[in-house]
Amino acid sequence: MVPLTWYLVLAAALFAIGMFGVLARKNAVAVLMGVELMLNAVNINLLAFWRYTALGELVGHAFAVFVITVAAAEAAVGVALFIAVYRQRDTVNVEELDAMKG
Amino acid sequence: MHESSIPFIYNLTILVPVLPFLAFALIVLWANRNKKLSAGLAIGSIALSWLIGWAIAFTAFGAHEIAEHPFRMARAWLPASRAWQAFGFMVDPLSALMLLMVPFVCFLIFVYSYGYMGIGKPISAHDQRGWPATPGHVDPLASRFFAYIALFATGMIGLVLADNLIMLLIFWEIMGLCSYLLIGFWFARTYDDPKKITPKEAGLKAFLTTRIGDTLMLAGILLLFAQIGSLSFNDIFRPETLEHLATATTHLPLVGPVPWATLIAILIFCGAIGKSAQFPLHVWLPDAMEGPTPVSALIHAATMVSAGVYLIIRTFPLMAAVEHGPALQFIAFIGAFTALFSATIAVAQNDIKKVLAYSTVSQLGFMFAALGIGAYIAATFHLLTHSFFKALLFLGSGSVIHGMEHGHHEGEQETSRRGDKETRKQGDKEVSGGGHHLSTHHLSTDLPAFDPQDMRNMGGLFRRMPRTAWTFIIGGMALAGFPIVTAGFWSKDEILADAWVHGHTVIFVTLAVAALLTAFYTARQIVMTFFGAPRTPAAEHASEHDSIFTWMTIPLMALSVFAIGFGWVGIPTTFPVLGQWSSNPFHHLMGSLAEALHIEAAELPFAATPLLTSVVVALGGLLLGWLTYRRVAQIGQRIGDPTWSPLQMPDPLARPLGRVYTVLQNKYYFDEFYGRVFIKGVQRLANWLFHFDDAWVIDPIVDGVGRLWRRLSEWGHVFDERIVDGIVNGIGAVTAAVGSALRFIQTGRAQNYLLVGLAAASVLLGVFLVLPK
Repeated sequence: MVPLTWYLVLAAALFAIGMFGVLARKNAVAVLMGVELMLNAVNINLLAFWRYTALGELVGHAFAVFVITVAAAEAAVGVALFIAVYRQRDTVNVEELDAMKG
Repeated sequence: MHESSIPFIYNLTILVPVLPFLAFALIVLWANRNKKLSAGLAIGSIALSWLIGWAIAFTAFGAHEIAEHPFRMARAWLPASRAWQAFGFMVDPLSALMLLMVPFVCFLIFVYSYGYMGIGKPISAHDQRGWPATPGHVDPLASRFFAYIALFATGMIGLVLADNLIMLLIFWEIMGLCSYLLIGFWFARTYDDPKKITPKEAGLKAFLTTRIGDTLMLAGILLLFAQIGSLSFNDIFRPETLEHLATATTHLPLVGPVPWATLIAILIFCGAIGKSAQFPLHVWLPDAMEGPTPVSALIHAATMVSAGVYLIIRTFPLMAAVEHGPALQFIAFIGAFTALFSATIAVAQNDIKKVLAYSTVSQLGFMFAALGIGAYIAATFHLLTHSFFKALLFLGSGSVIHGMEHGHHEGEQETSRRGDKETRKQGDKEVSGGGHHLSTHHLSTDLPAFDPQDMRNMGGLFRRMPRTAWTFIIGGMALAGFPIVTAGFWSKDEILADAWVHGHTVIFVTLAVAALLTAFYTARQIVMTFFGAPRTPAAEHASEHDSIFTWMTIPLMALSVFAIGFGWVGIPTTFPVLGQWSSNPFHHLMGSLAEALHIEAAELPFAATPLLTSVVVALGGLLLGWLTYRRVAQIGQRIGDPTWSPLQMPDPLARPLGRVYTVLQNKYYFDEFYGRVFIKGVQRLANWLFHFDDAWVIDPIVDGVGRLWRRLSEWGHVFDERIVDGIVNGIGAVTAAVGSALRFIQTGRAQNYLLVGLAAASVLLGVFLVLPK
């Protein structure tokens, strides 16, 4: 059986890619996609820890399903926001969305 | 008395004083712009009061038990230590008698005022507020006048109906206020002669002089309350209460032990001295003549001055609680002295109203003297008859004065017409104008200002003003006590008889001499005013044809009926011949009250001496007066002689009496004496206090405190600006500086923030890993 560490490395890599997307991408949709990657990295962690430490209880699945649900909702709200922003300002470039500048 | 047996009419008692008060309120608040309406309201209300008052009075006269059980309507009103002071009215024989007189005379005076104030006449453009109107015009403040006299009537009617001393005092003071307002009604009026008192000053004088008496009276009332704990007449006149007051004594410094009754009686009498203008507080009343004449009639006949006598009659059981005590002696002395003293002054006065004023003071002295010797019923009788004939005389004098003013007005118009003609002639000769101005100027400087009240300017008015003259003569005869016919005879005779029968010889002689002088100056007044030839153009042109005289002479006629007829209700049954037809209802009525109050007041046996005395002094005085002044009356006017004026004419008494006459003419110099002794002193004190207040002590202290405070607040201002404001502004500045320093990190880009978040999380994680467990 593949050791737990492999899963964790995979999840960390996925999380780092997602974070890079969130912090470095200019397109808002790509930022959103980064967020999804980070969430799913967490899901892999949750399921891996479940498989190796708490087999028999359904906690890992439950958390994962919740995360997926929340992610779906988040994506829906996020995309809706971007569409609204796009209509308003003709761009979804997050560098230009700095109305909160002090 | 059972509830059911009280006649309904008594329940309307409260309306009698309240109706004129309503009229007062309505005029002041609402009707004052319409003079006719205001006058109508006042007259209408007093007419209703009069009718209700008479209905109540005559019901009371018919009820025998009213003396023993007076009708009372009272509501608890003021809480005062042990008991409630009541707001209450009562009807007993005395109140009923006053109700017979007061609203009726007030009504006649109101009607008279309608004419006197010229209601219905046009307003003159030249008239100023607070000055008498020019003849033939309405007074600019006529509404105000009617409001005041309505309130005045409220005061007097309330006073005679009051069932306790507090109520009585309240109405007493309402009248005091009204007298001030009414005497000073022509408040703006000034005279050329600076010595002559102005209405404004006269009002002040009246108010302040009576205040002296009122203060003492209040002290008496408070002492009484402290002693017996109630001020209701019902409680005061209980035999055991009076017994207690007469026996319990208080220790006065310098005097020794004095019964409470004596002390309280004298203090209350001091109030009456002020209100009824008795010596030594008589000085205000003659000057009160500055008010409009109906006011003089209202104050000097029907109302205010009677109030003092009424007060003593009402509280007579208290006055007489100590039998033949010093209180009664004091009252008798003051009364008799004033009667004689002011009669002598009246002899030497030339102002028609001043003579009447001093005669009023004198007649009030008669009443007090009568009360002092215990002639309770005679005093009441004289109070009522005097009210009728003195109101008549005052109103008559007002009519004379108005007639003279009309005559003066007309005479002036005639001379100015004549003057115009002369001016025109002059204008033909000389080219320059202004002659008219010169001629009027000439007129006004050479002769002293015309005084329509000076009897020396009159003469021969009988033919020109017959209605006024007849009624005035009737009133004068009543005042002089013309035997048998007039009311004044019967009441004065009863006082003299009482004094004689009870052996008060000194009082008897004093009053007899005063009565002689009364008849003398009455004759003098009538002769100088109405008989002989007119002495001025004004008297020559005087007339009573103007429409206002209709309003003015009808009350005169009504009053003259009473000036004669009212005496007949008090003819003693013991009087020779006439007595057999007389049932003496007056004595009956007042006798029942006296019996209820345990005052001794039996009908007197007949005595010839006082009767003869009063007949002789009345007729003798009148005859002497006529003989003395007959020649003066004959001196006619010397028209065309500008150097002659009736004012230069010496009085026939001036030579024989010499310096005494001057003293009398100057009223024994009482005004001067008071002026030197009291008024100067008070003025000096006031001046000193003014300096004390304004220059020496109080103001410097106030100013010093002010300066100190100002300096303190200046310091506070600096503190506030530097320290408090500095702190507040400093906090603001720091916040602003920090804000502007930090604003650059607010880029507005979400990714920057996240990056910072990541960095912070990494640092925390690093710290967490590095730190030892």
